[in-house]
Amino acid sequence: MDQIIQPVKEYILSTYLKGEDPSALKDTTPLITGGILDSLGTLELVSFLEQRFGIQLEAHEVDAERLDTLQAIGSLVKSKTATV
Amino acid sequence: MPCLHHWLDASVARAPGAVALTDPGRGSIGYGDLGRLTDRLRDRLRVLGVGAGDRVGLYLSKSIDSVATIFGILKTGAAYTPVDPGSPPWRAAFILTDCDVRVAVVERAFVAALEAEAAKLGKTIRCVVLEEVGGGRGLAAALDAADRGGVAPVTPTADPGLDGLAYILYTSGSTGKPKGVMLTHRAATTFVDWCSEVFQPTAADVFSSHAPFHFDLSVHDIYVPLKHGARLVLIGEELGKDPGRLAELAAAERISIWYSTPSILSLLAQYGRLERHDYSALRHVLFAGEVFPVPRLRAIKALWHGPRYWNLYGPTETNVCTYYEIPDQVPEDRTDPYPIGWCCSHLRSRVVDLDGSILTGGEEGELVIAGPGIMSGYWNLPERNAAAFLTDPDGTPWYKTGDLVVEEPGGVYLFHGRRDRMVKRRGYRVELGEIEAALSGHPQVREAACVAMVSHDGQVTIKAWLASRNGGRLSIIELKQFCMDRLPQYMVPDAFGFLETLPRTSTDKTDLQALKALG
Repeated sequence: MDQIIQPVKEYILSTYLKGEDPSALKDTTPLITGGILDSLGTLELVSFLEQRFGIQLEAHEVDAERLDTLQAIGSLVKSKTATV
Repeated sequence: MPCLHHWLDASVARAPGAVALTDPGRGSIGYGDLGRLTDRLRDRLRVLGVGAGDRVGLYLSKSIDSVATIFGILKTGAAYTPVDPGSPPWRAAFILTDCDVRVAVVERAFVAALEAEAAKLGKTIRCVVLEEVGGGRGLAAALDAADRGGVAPVTPTADPGLDGLAYILYTSGSTGKPKGVMLTHRAATTFVDWCSEVFQPTAADVFSSHAPFHFDLSVHDIYVPLKHGARLVLIGEELGKDPGRLAELAAAERISIWYSTPSILSLLAQYGRLERHDYSALRHVLFAGEVFPVPRLRAIKALWHGPRYWNLYGPTETNVCTYYEIPDQVPEDRTDPYPIGWCCSHLRSRVVDLDGSILTGGEEGELVIAGPGIMSGYWNLPERNAAAFLTDPDGTPWYKTGDLVVEEPGGVYLFHGRRDRMVKRRGYRVELGEIEAALSGHPQVREAACVAMVSHDGQVTIKAWLASRNGGRLSIIELKQFCMDRLPQYMVPDAFGFLETLPRTSTDKTDLQALKALG
């Protein structure tokens, strides 16, 4: 799981949280409902996940519930890579 | 002369069986049924004491129910005040109590938080609660339930006259509190008539509604199609953020007149995979709310090459006041944004200097607008009103847009920026002062100042500079959450920077230029 979460965490820190202490971004920090990712940021994150992990995410899979925390993103990506 | 809601009744009489509204995935409603539903709400609101001269709040997700609620309110002769269903509850409570609504029509999910926030202000808001929204069934069910306690007597539809207030739209306020822009039936109908003249809509057109109803773009979306007996497809909050599904829907519904911010069109071009669908029905693409960076405009035109493209410009206080048709070919080497264009035929425009003297030599100055389309004023803010208008010796008010323009030969205006600190972000109007006021309420923040930056590709980002009480850094994650709890999402700063103290100018104001230079 860490192999998925770590690069996503680095991407979010460097793109949306420049200057933040990396340890402040927890696996359970709300990303969308916490104002870190807006709608454009969410789309950019989906593009990042698709490219980084070689997966295709469908429209119904990219809602706030499935992408709101690093933990949720980890589970989503894991479920997609497991079926490939 | 008809008021906004008279147009709906005329369309009902012409073609009661035609489909008026479609809420994708949740249902459609015909003109006849929409007419009856809005009459029923009119009668129920009358029982609650609503009439001409009142305001009625609207705190609902975009839906057939919310459009019907708008017309039900107008039919009583009252004005509606829509609040953003996505904004923090304190803001909704502030707006609805500020304009002293007699009643608010509220979705169940928002009621408890609204009541709690109103109580903090020492106020109560009388709510008509819709248990759910979608397909018009939530409103019908609420009316059925109310009728069980006694059927509302049938009353005539009001004629408030063109000078009657139609709606109050709240926009970001520089002091930290939203301000209400008051618009009459005359202001709205003259704008809608102008749209009829320029875009020549017919009953065969299919419109898409992208803007939320508290945003002035919605005035076009709601009233132009319903005036002409056309069909309106409602694009809700979730769908609007999802370019893949939006692209599919626009093709499947055969949208012919599209009106959105450039941001949404850019997202569609980038993520919508538009080449997979057929958009042959599309006749007009209208955009407004922010500058459309030319490379992004070129990208959408390359994918949607059939329709005519129009840049519409105007603040909420005037609705659209200038327009410009984008030429068929956008040259490959063009990077300058297109002009905001010519003054609309129902309005008059001038460029003035700081003293209000008219400039005619093509110098940069402030655009001011007169005519029937301009606002009556800000709700309950007499001092703001005095500053908002210039008045001719004959008494004609000219609304000062705060936008700096240059008039080119031929009467075309070029946009040159703002006179004040208002910025446009994703089409939304943001007063940087409102963000600063919110951040100043943070217990660890001593000083806050925001600056807007424009990236090389035209994207506007907001950076907040803070001096904390202990002189150190604060958690950005925590600050973003703090802003989310107090501001609409589009006002949450993109980035934060920390300084021991904020730089000052020689007149002891925060030196915003110095902050901008820090990057």
